[in-house]
Amino acid sequence: MSLTAQEPSLEGYRKKLGKLEALTDKPTHYCQGCEHGELTRLIANAIENLGIRERTVMIDSVGCSVLAFDYFNVDHIQSPHGRAPAIATGLKRVRPDLAVYTVQGDGDTLAIGLLEVMYAAIRGEPISVFLVNNAIYGMTGGQMAPTTIQGQVTTTTPYGRDVGFTGAPVDGSKLISAIDGSAYVKRVSLAVSELETPKGKTYSIKNILEAKQAIENAFKVQLMGGFTFVECLSSCWVNWKLPIMEAKRFVNERLVKQYPLGTYKDKFGIEKK
Amino acid sequence: MTERVYMKGNEALAYGALKSKLNAYFAYPITPSTEIPETLAKEFGNKEYPDFKVFLQAASELEAVNMVLGAAASGVRAMTATSSPGFSLKQEALSYAAGMELPLLVVNVNRGGPGLGNIAPEQSDYFQMTKGGGHGGYHLIVLAPNSVQEMASFPKIAFDLAFKYRNPACIAGDAFTGQLKEDIIFPTIEPTDYDVSNWAATGAKGRGPHILNSMNLDPEVHAKHVTHLDEKYKTIERNEVRYETYLTDDAEIVIAAFGITSRICKSIVNKFRHEGAKIGLFRPITLWPFPYEEVRKLTKHAKRFLVVELNTGQMVEDIRLGSEGRAGVDFFGRVGGLLPTEREIEDKIAEEAN
Repeated sequence: MSLTAQEPSLEGYRKKLGKLEALTDKPTHYCQGCEHGELTRLIANAIENLGIRERTVMIDSVGCSVLAFDYFNVDHIQSPHGRAPAIATGLKRVRPDLAVYTVQGDGDTLAIGLLEVMYAAIRGEPISVFLVNNAIYGMTGGQMAPTTIQGQVTTTTPYGRDVGFTGAPVDGSKLISAIDGSAYVKRVSLAVSELETPKGKTYSIKNILEAKQAIENAFKVQLMGGFTFVECLSSCWVNWKLPIMEAKRFVNERLVKQYPLGTYKDKFGIEKK
Repeated sequence: MTERVYMKGNEALAYGALKSKLNAYFAYPITPSTEIPETLAKEFGNKEYPDFKVFLQAASELEAVNMVLGAAASGVRAMTATSSPGFSLKQEALSYAAGMELPLLVVNVNRGGPGLGNIAPEQSDYFQMTKGGGHGGYHLIVLAPNSVQEMASFPKIAFDLAFKYRNPACIAGDAFTGQLKEDIIFPTIEPTDYDVSNWAATGAKGRGPHILNSMNLDPEVHAKHVTHLDEKYKTIERNEVRYETYLTDDAEIVIAAFGITSRICKSIVNKFRHEGAKIGLFRPITLWPFPYEEVRKLTKHAKRFLVVELNTGQMVEDIRLGSEGRAGVDFFGRVGGLLPTEREIEDKIAEEAN
């Protein structure tokens, strides 16, 4: 994808956002500064761009995205914790004409629901899994997630995660891309980054534009018949106990070292099309 | 068309489901229920069953039942079958399905428990099937066949009830009704068409979104939801109780049994009747809704109930509740895969009579 020489600005981006039919009018419950808001917008955007709203069903998982049925103007099926890819499988198998996606947290996808997401990938179910990796259990108030990094303090690792004791952080994109059945696996960051310009400090949304494209690609590959997985690195300043912008900086400076951004798999070459 | 066949209960159930226009089956093998997915796998693609579009073996019991949820949410006839340890694993999803009001069918071919138990018949999942089983307050509609014939005809009844009330249904088999081979006239099954247009998740085309959800963070809203479910359960209790009575009109002794044990008890009733005893058989067919009212009515003549089960006493509690203290309630159980002999039950009746 091409970016203009001048970094696109947050203000310009906000102006461009209009009312999307794939979204309801309800304000989200997400914390200020949380990237779940961005993701909601980007998914709705992709649904709208592809003109598939009327044949899209979202599987609502357990975690911070549990109230997503209030925000996306599509049909919804709620899932038990971790089971969203299995529900998506059941639906997609009987209704292959539908577009089916899940938005799941790191605990939902990579801890309690690891079998479900891996087997959906193994079978190559044509669904889209959007994993929000913020390295912590957000909804329950900041416990250790499978993606919590070495030394990270959480309420269940109050002295910092010791990977020698708990095992190493789980790399979802690496894991899923290693499965033959997966078609499109990409890791993006949803955190805006600060940018110094001659006029002063502004924010770069380069990450968000990349994520936007990845999400649209995921839907496209799903419609082509492939299993798609987009891991979205996000912040959780509330549970990380950091100021919002410091939390976003932590994503783009520290989390990306543990979880490098990029395309992990593109079986159908969607990024070249 | 009537067709004479010689088949196992599990096979009959599979064909009964196919003839009821089963659309999707999600499998995980477990003895003694496995002939159900095996039969369906064999028939998958058979043009005689054009509605049977999906057969998929899952990686776990959890995956299988959640796939059923996903398929059922689109309004099609979806089912799975399992046996006791597997049925335990289904409970989470069944609680969600009850909360989301999804019509679906789960068959439990009851084997020995607790734990891994064994693969021999028991009726020890009665509590789990009839009292909710998972978290929160809910009910499955539970039907207990006692023959290969009924294993064939019950899937259609279960789907009808599930769709009529938008509630998960369960067929309570056991290792006998599942494994038993009988010579039967396969029942004629006329599938019903269900209207799912006002709730199914099929894409919000030309309408507002359909949201299948069991969660309401607002206590007042959730209280309304749970009350709605409770009212539905009360309607089911009023309208859908099924049972069989045999020579109970004047019976002073009533043997109560469900599933396979009811058949043994029937021959005992015949034998005692021959000797002039006023004895009858009461057989609940719906284990939930339970026929409490009929039990109460039986106490007009009945002085005693003898409840016979393949467990250490579960349905006996419901017979006690139903009899409201108007009659004595005795229990005779066998566990571990042992079946009570007619002689043992006869001795029990004679012993209590003295």
